[in-house]
Amino acid sequence: MTAAIELRDLRHEFGERTALERIDLTLAVGETMVVVGSNGAGKTTLLRILATLLRPTAGSVEVLGCPLPREAWRLRGRIGYLGHEPLLYRDLTGRENLRFQARLHGIGDEEREARIEATLRAIGMERRADERVADLSAGMRQRLAICRCVLHEPELLLLDEPDSHLDEEGRERASALIGPGPNRTRVVVTHDPDRFEGEADRTLRLEIGGRAELEQGAALR
Amino acid sequence: MTPTSIAFRAILEKDLRTELRTLQSLPAMALFAVTTFVIFRFGLDRTQLSGSLASGVLWATLLFAALLGVNRLFVAERQEGGFDAIRLAPIDRTALFAAKAAALIVYLAILEAIVVPVFAIFFLDSAAAIPPLAAVLLLTDVGLAATGTLIASMAVHSRARDLLGPLVLLPLVVPLMIAATGASRHLLEAGGPAYERFGTWLAVLGLYDLIFLLVGYAVFDFLLED
Repeated sequence: MTAAIELRDLRHEFGERTALERIDLTLAVGETMVVVGSNGAGKTTLLRILATLLRPTAGSVEVLGCPLPREAWRLRGRIGYLGHEPLLYRDLTGRENLRFQARLHGIGDEEREARIEATLRAIGMERRADERVADLSAGMRQRLAICRCVLHEPELLLLDEPDSHLDEEGRERASALIGPGPNRTRVVVTHDPDRFEGEADRTLRLEIGGRAELEQGAALR
Repeated sequence: MTPTSIAFRAILEKDLRTELRTLQSLPAMALFAVTTFVIFRFGLDRTQLSGSLASGVLWATLLFAALLGVNRLFVAERQEGGFDAIRLAPIDRTALFAAKAAALIVYLAILEAIVVPVFAIFFLDSAAAIPPLAAVLLLTDVGLAATGTLIASMAVHSRARDLLGPLVLLPLVVPLMIAATGASRHLLEAGGPAYERFGTWLAVLGLYDLIFLLVGYAVFDFLLED
C-alpha cells in the first residue's frame, strides 16, 4: 500500500486553544477519507495543514511522500484545494480566473485552453464563463471553484464542503470532477456524512478540543 | 520562459486588467495629487515655485498619493483568497513580490504622467526640468514600489492595516524622499535646471532601490506564511 497521507502525533494550537491533538492516520493512494465534526472541531485546520497553507505546531505530516513543511514546495501543484472561499477574483471573468490559475500551474497555452473548456463543459459553466465572478451566484462560483481545483489534474483533492451552494445538477456534474475515481485520493470535510457514505474508505471524527477518532481500519487513539 | 517569469506576467497582467476594469486606485491617486496642488497653489499664494520649495511640494504630494495605491495593493488577495491560490501554486513566491512592485511602478508612472504636467502648469515657468526629472521619478518609483509592496504585504493581514501600512512605510521612505528632493531641487531652480550633485543623489536613489529589492526578495516568502 502506498501512503498518500501519513500523520503521526499531529498537533495544532491557536494560541492557548488546541485545534488538533495526537492525530495518527494513514491514507492510501486512491482512498477517500471523510472528515466530520462540529463547528470549530478543527476540520478546516487539518485540511489547511495538508494543503501546506498552515504549519502544524507539532508532529509529523507527510503528504504524497513530501514531509511538511520542509518539502512543501515539492507538493504544491500536486494538490487540489477547495476551501470555504472559491479563491477566485471577483472582477475577473470565470474564464480569466481559470487562465490565471492555469498559468500559475505552468500549463502551456494550447493545453490550457483545452483543459479550461473541458472542465467548464463538465461542470456546466461554458455559457457563463465570460461573466464576472462578482455577477455570478454562489452556486455558480462554487462550480468555477471546482474547475479551478482540478484544472492542473492534482493527485490529491482536499475538499471542504464541496457540495455547498450546489443544486442537484451541480452535485452530479461536480461528482465527475471531484468524485471517487481510480488513483484519485480525496479528503472530504463535510457536515453531511450520509452524503459520502458510499464513498468513504475512512471516516475521521474530530471533536472540539482536538481529539480525533478514526473509523474503518486505522489506528485509534 | 521560466515558471517564475510566467507567474510574474500572469499576476501583473491580472492586476493591471483588474485596475483597468475597476479603476479603484489610479483615479483616487490622481485626484488626490491634483487637489493637493490646487491647495498649495492657493495656500501658498504663489503662481511660481522653484528650488527646494517646488521639490518639497512635488514629492510630498506624490508620496501621499502613492500611499493610496500601496494600501490597495493586496486588497484583492486578502478579500478574495488570492494569497491562498498563489501559495498553492508551484511557483517561487517572489514572483508575487516582483509583480506587485511592477504593478505599483506602472500606477506611479501613469500617475506622474498625469500630475507632473499639472504641477508644471501650476508652478513652473518652463518645462525644461521635466526630462531630467523623469530619471529621478523612475528611480524613486522603484524604491517606493519595493518598500510599499513589502510593507503592504505585512500590513494586509492586520486589522489595523490602513494605519499600520503608512505608520511603518513613512519612516522607511524618509531616506528615499531626502534623495528624491535633493536630486530634484536643482532641477527645479528658477531659470532652468542645474545639475549640482545630481549624479550623487541618483546613486543614493539607486542604492536605496537595490537594498529594498534585495530585502523584499529575501523575506517575502516568509511574509506569506500563516
